[in-house]
Amino acid sequence: MTAMSSVSIKTTIAAKPEFKFGKNKVSANNVNVFYGDKHALKDVTVNIPEKAVMAFIGPSGCGKSTFLRCLNRMNDTIPIAKVTGKVEIDNQDIYDKALDVVQLRARVGMVFQKPNPFPKSIYENIAYGPKIHGLAASKSDLNEIVEASLKKAGLWDEVKDRLSDSGTGLSGGQQQRLCIARAIAVSPEIILMDEPCSALDPIATARIEELIDELRENFTIVIVTHSMQQAARVSQRTAFFHLGVLVEEGTTDTIFTNPNDSRTQDYITGRFG
Amino acid sequence: MASHIVTAFENELREINRKVAEMGGLAEKSVVDSIDALIKRDTILAQRVIAGDTRLDQLQREIEDDAITLIAKRQPLAVDLREVVSAIRICNDLERVGDLAKNTAKRVLALKGEYQAPALLRGVEHMSEIVLEQLKEVLDAFGARDAARAMAVWKRDGAVDDLYTSLFRELLTYMMEDPRQITMCTHLLFAAKNVERIGDHATNIAETVHYLVVGEQLADERPKSDASSMTTVAYPKG
Amino acid sequence: MAFEVVADSLGAQAKDSSKTVANIAVRRRRETIFKICGLLATSFGLITLALLLIDLAAAGFPRLSWDFFTNFPSRRASQAGILSAWVGSLLVILTTASIGVPLGVGAGIYLEEYGRRNWLTSIIEINITNLAGVPSIVFGLLALGLFVYGLGTGRSIFTAGLTLALLILPIIVVATREAIRAVPAALREAAYGIGCTKWQVTRDHVLPASLPGILTGVIIGISRALGETAPLITIGALTFIAFLPDSPISSEFPFVSFSWLFDGFTVLPIQAFNWISRPGSDFHANAAAAGIVLLAITLGLNAIAIYARYKLRKKLQW
Repeated sequence: MTAMSSVSIKTTIAAKPEFKFGKNKVSANNVNVFYGDKHALKDVTVNIPEKAVMAFIGPSGCGKSTFLRCLNRMNDTIPIAKVTGKVEIDNQDIYDKALDVVQLRARVGMVFQKPNPFPKSIYENIAYGPKIHGLAASKSDLNEIVEASLKKAGLWDEVKDRLSDSGTGLSGGQQQRLCIARAIAVSPEIILMDEPCSALDPIATARIEELIDELRENFTIVIVTHSMQQAARVSQRTAFFHLGVLVEEGTTDTIFTNPNDSRTQDYITGRFG
Repeated sequence: MASHIVTAFENELREINRKVAEMGGLAEKSVVDSIDALIKRDTILAQRVIAGDTRLDQLQREIEDDAITLIAKRQPLAVDLREVVSAIRICNDLERVGDLAKNTAKRVLALKGEYQAPALLRGVEHMSEIVLEQLKEVLDAFGARDAARAMAVWKRDGAVDDLYTSLFRELLTYMMEDPRQITMCTHLLFAAKNVERIGDHATNIAETVHYLVVGEQLADERPKSDASSMTTVAYPKG
Repeated sequence: MAFEVVADSLGAQAKDSSKTVANIAVRRRRETIFKICGLLATSFGLITLALLLIDLAAAGFPRLSWDFFTNFPSRRASQAGILSAWVGSLLVILTTASIGVPLGVGAGIYLEEYGRRNWLTSIIEINITNLAGVPSIVFGLLALGLFVYGLGTGRSIFTAGLTLALLILPIIVVATREAIRAVPAALREAAYGIGCTKWQVTRDHVLPASLPGILTGVIIGISRALGETAPLITIGALTFIAFLPDSPISSEFPFVSFSWLFDGFTVLPIQAFNWISRPGSDFHANAAAAGIVLLAITLGLNAIAIYARYKLRKKLQW
């Protein structure tokens, strides 16, 4: 009797193509926000990689929107808000006294929960930003910026024949894409989105999500969303906030299949929140 | 863990788990019965095993339907998602276990009236005892969500494979010695193969339990030592 | 247990359905009674106003003619006109608006957009609200002491404009603040979000959006100023005036002249008051005719305001 010795054949299996994160675009260190006596955000420390989508999830009032608004100093417009800690974009402290907040907001665009186009024409909606920042040297420059921005926002074909119509006459989804185009028009590096799809129907939502996926190539995107599925679909990294604390941050795959913290697990599986 | 805010979600998950547990019990029973029928040449028991397989098939379809509906309706995430995926995987394994037991039972019917040397059965019996223990252990591990116990089952599968390889060789030798035993031995060989594959499914379930609890797929290669496919026996001279 | 209680009360309700029907009938009757009361209250005001207007029209209409607008006042009722009065009214209102609107809107914007919430702004706010309730005669006394004697601006159109501007300032400030406050926060956020300065936000977005509201306030204020008599009499507006102020347009460079600002004047309500206090029904007809003109101007201004607001709102549309 002979038994053939087993032949071991080494096969190398190609590793799953994982998303490669670039360098950190934003890094926040021990950020605290107070609204009067209310301690709304507690010691948040997180890095946001460039050219990727980062999602902030968590129950209402958990501080995710508050933190988002720290990144373009939108909290400055609220008189009782006080921010401590350090937020750096490209290693530059954005709360530095020498930094011009107007300049910052040109670098960090924002899209809001409810579509809020200016009550002006579609053209003016896009052209206004480049105009106030002096980005267009001539009328034809401006036309180019408007067209390019609308194209990037996937709205050009729908509105090119009615640029002088009011922006508020568009459908909800179109209005939101107009707002995204308006943000793109001033060539920001980062786009903040505060629940951009919460007022939209599923088809319009799908369009925005598709758009976010495309924009990821050129922009760093931070999105606050109440829809866990949306966070799972569009983002590469996810951070979970609860009661003003950043509970857990990691790759989206990990957060949604195997989160570390039991609070994250309970929230995303619908056990509290 | 806290229960879901949506009670219906909680109940649906629980129902799926209950069905998987029921399938586990049924599959285990049909394996026990099929081996019993083989050893005792009990055709009635064998027929009962064959008939009982339809319930397993039905349960498997129900679990898959329930799981698909739940995914569509609730979009489960994290541990819930792993629960549902695990249920689908485990019910597939259990359905296969049922099929293998049924196949063994059919062989009992085919062997009716064949000559049988009791010594031949001892190997199969011993092997099936070990595999049954494995199956029982892994189903308990699933019930208790115990990854460590599941991993213990996973590591023991090598022993079953070794046993099968030696049984294979033994039966081959018997057949050479006495051609009258060929029918019997061939059927026994397949029965043994069935048992060995039930062991493989137990190992699959162990992997699933590990995934369910830990949240990561097993990266290691399973300890395989079934060398029967590379085993030959020299024809005895003289 | 709780279920039983609910079921019981449901049963009780079902049993008492006849009671419920009776109850509904009572409620319906009360509704009708209130409707009638409301209608009476409304029609009382409307009918009185209509009667007044008809009376005014009947008395004054025959006197309305081209001459009435182009003649100076005269001792003879049939020759008397309102030329100096309506020109005076126009110039006073022009002065009032050019002083009151920028001040009022400016103050409103400051208080709403720039003013930090502290004790000083609180005091200013309270004062503005109180100012709106001050009787107009007090403004007249203030103007007499402060402008006529204190600053020596004389009994002129400028003094009158200044006084009326003060009078309508609170109205414009409050209207401006309300209008600015009604601008959706989303619009402001959108503007700040693309990097607007506060002034850009205010000028390019908040003001255009609040313009209809501000305009309403301005018109209400001007209508009020147009009808004011007491403070103007206090500062010494003339009641009989047979000359026009200097022309605002001159033939020499720079073609505009402001010397009219310091001329004496009269206004429509004073003229009407003057005529009505004379004996003789002829002069009373003149007063009624002047009243019609004043009413027409006020209604006309309101109509323009409503139309402008409608147009602006349509342009905004969110």
